[in-house]
Amino acid sequence: MQTAILVDFGSTYTKVIGVDLTAARLLATAQAPSSVETDVTTGLHQALRRLGEQGVQTRDPSLVLGCSSAAGGLRMVAVGLVPSLTVEAARRAALGAGAKVIKVYGYQLSRTEVAELKALAPDVILLAGGTDGGDRATILANAGSIAAAGITAPVVVAGNKSVGPEIAEILQGTGIDARLTENVLPELDRLNVEPARHQIRELFIERIVEAKGLERARALVEEIIMPTPMAVLRATQLLADGPPGGAGLGEALVVDVGGATTDVHTVAVGAPTAAGAVLKGLPEPRVKRTVEGDLGIRINARSVFEAGEAAGLLPGRAAAPVAAIEQPASEEPAPVTPAALAAAAERLAADTAATPVSDADFAIDAALAAIAVTVATDRHAGVLEEAWTAHGKAFVQYGKDLRPLQAVVGTGGIFAFGRHPRQVLAAATRGDPLRLKPQRPRFWVDRRYILYGMGLLAEQHPDVAYRVLTENLQEV
Amino acid sequence: MADQVTIVTGVLGADVHIIGNAILAYALRQAGFNVVTLGIFASQEDFIHAAQETAARAILVSSLYGHGEIDCRGFRDKCREAGLGDIILYVGGNLVVGKQAWPAVQQTFLAMGFDRAYPPGTMPDQVVRDLTADLSPAPA
Repeated sequence: MQTAILVDFGSTYTKVIGVDLTAARLLATAQAPSSVETDVTTGLHQALRRLGEQGVQTRDPSLVLGCSSAAGGLRMVAVGLVPSLTVEAARRAALGAGAKVIKVYGYQLSRTEVAELKALAPDVILLAGGTDGGDRATILANAGSIAAAGITAPVVVAGNKSVGPEIAEILQGTGIDARLTENVLPELDRLNVEPARHQIRELFIERIVEAKGLERARALVEEIIMPTPMAVLRATQLLADGPPGGAGLGEALVVDVGGATTDVHTVAVGAPTAAGAVLKGLPEPRVKRTVEGDLGIRINARSVFEAGEAAGLLPGRAAAPVAAIEQPASEEPAPVTPAALAAAAERLAADTAATPVSDADFAIDAALAAIAVTVATDRHAGVLEEAWTAHGKAFVQYGKDLRPLQAVVGTGGIFAFGRHPRQVLAAATRGDPLRLKPQRPRFWVDRRYILYGMGLLAEQHPDVAYRVLTENLQEV
Repeated sequence: MADQVTIVTGVLGADVHIIGNAILAYALRQAGFNVVTLGIFASQEDFIHAAQETAARAILVSSLYGHGEIDCRGFRDKCREAGLGDIILYVGGNLVVGKQAWPAVQQTFLAMGFDRAYPPGTMPDQVVRDLTADLSPAPA
């Protein structure tokens, strides 16, 4: 038997997956507390031991691949010219590379902004600005400011190609590792994020892994090949498109509800389905990831509650108090009153390690997660606006039309351990009626937490990864 | 591309009349311009943002449905705010509703800060000629 081991170095847990490559079968999964602060291999050894206890041969596996979101993840800053154009294009490129975008800047950087950028100490800066043959003054000025400020972070240069070499020279002149690549927005109506994503990933493999203290794991893990969110995005793509030469599930959405953030990934063209709708705004990448930094069901539970309140998503006042109704697991969660939800959000934000025990706890987690999913998918999906013309009503579409999308998948603790995964996932179809959200999709949950691993495995064994993924996702 | 002059054009406002603008864009491309087209339903901000990113030298606004006077207000001021104070700004089409004398209409749009305004029936050649002249450096 040939075994592959997939590793995720998370900030809290180091997770491992064993896969039988010969039989294309999931063997086992295990996790142990992460130890990035001290010696990353301690947590990894412990997780591997637990995998071994389940009968997985962990000595001399034929393949070990890793991804990481430890030590703050891949922290990036995106710089561009116009906020709705090259700044947004650069942000999308960084998100698609699995980065945590800590700040974006538009127009010429002020002295204050340069100082702030330096203090933020990002792992990578993505520098864009100007379409090809377009504005060159802004990106030149910004490169000069970054170089003069003594910033040491590597810079991916993905702006106006006409000044690319000059920009790289300016940055390299002060010892910055500058990587020149294609423009993220070569023309106003053409987004081109793949080359920048590729460069970011190269930098991640070459430099960031070491900077984060993960290189000690190299004795056990051949390569830490991407940030964890990128692995999840790859898995979404595998699920939608299938392995090379095969068919997948079709256009898909994966929502990852965490304690601090909610990530939404789609693989969908999102072309208008409304008759006569006119598409406006920046073109959308088919493979798209958005991150909502204010929506998480532990540390950000309070802002989830507030977002729910603002969007009118809280349960009606007529709902019975939580304690009065006890329901068996797997059925509709017991109704939660807004007051109970508010109190629980306060409690969970303070006690981020809390795990649900009672039916009421599970119902509260499900209610918070449903709000997070509703709002995060509202923000990810496109929107249709009515416009009145001299000839009557017309529609203008911004973003992706996800209404025909067929597969919605949930990953994260709420889906692995929660009791009401379908109710939480169904929230991806509700919310703002003008938003173009999936209408009648099927729902799956990542009960075993294997999406990241199959995203990693897809690099070398896409057929095995696809089979393991589809056999282990649970339809709800 | 490097030595080509970039211009931005499109149809402003809740206006779906694309054909005239498409013909104009074709003529401008034939004349050697790098033409960035915004299509229909373009806002003032769309034009300005596009001109910023592409370092355009001119913005050519089409308006066919009679609301041009309202839609165009403040366009030059916004260009100034966006650092495009000197950009060449043209407007053309059915700019107002009803039968109004063209000189008065033209004056309204010139007063708004447009460099040129064109009535219905203007041939693209005329615009190409004017644009070429306006782009060439003024005699010393």
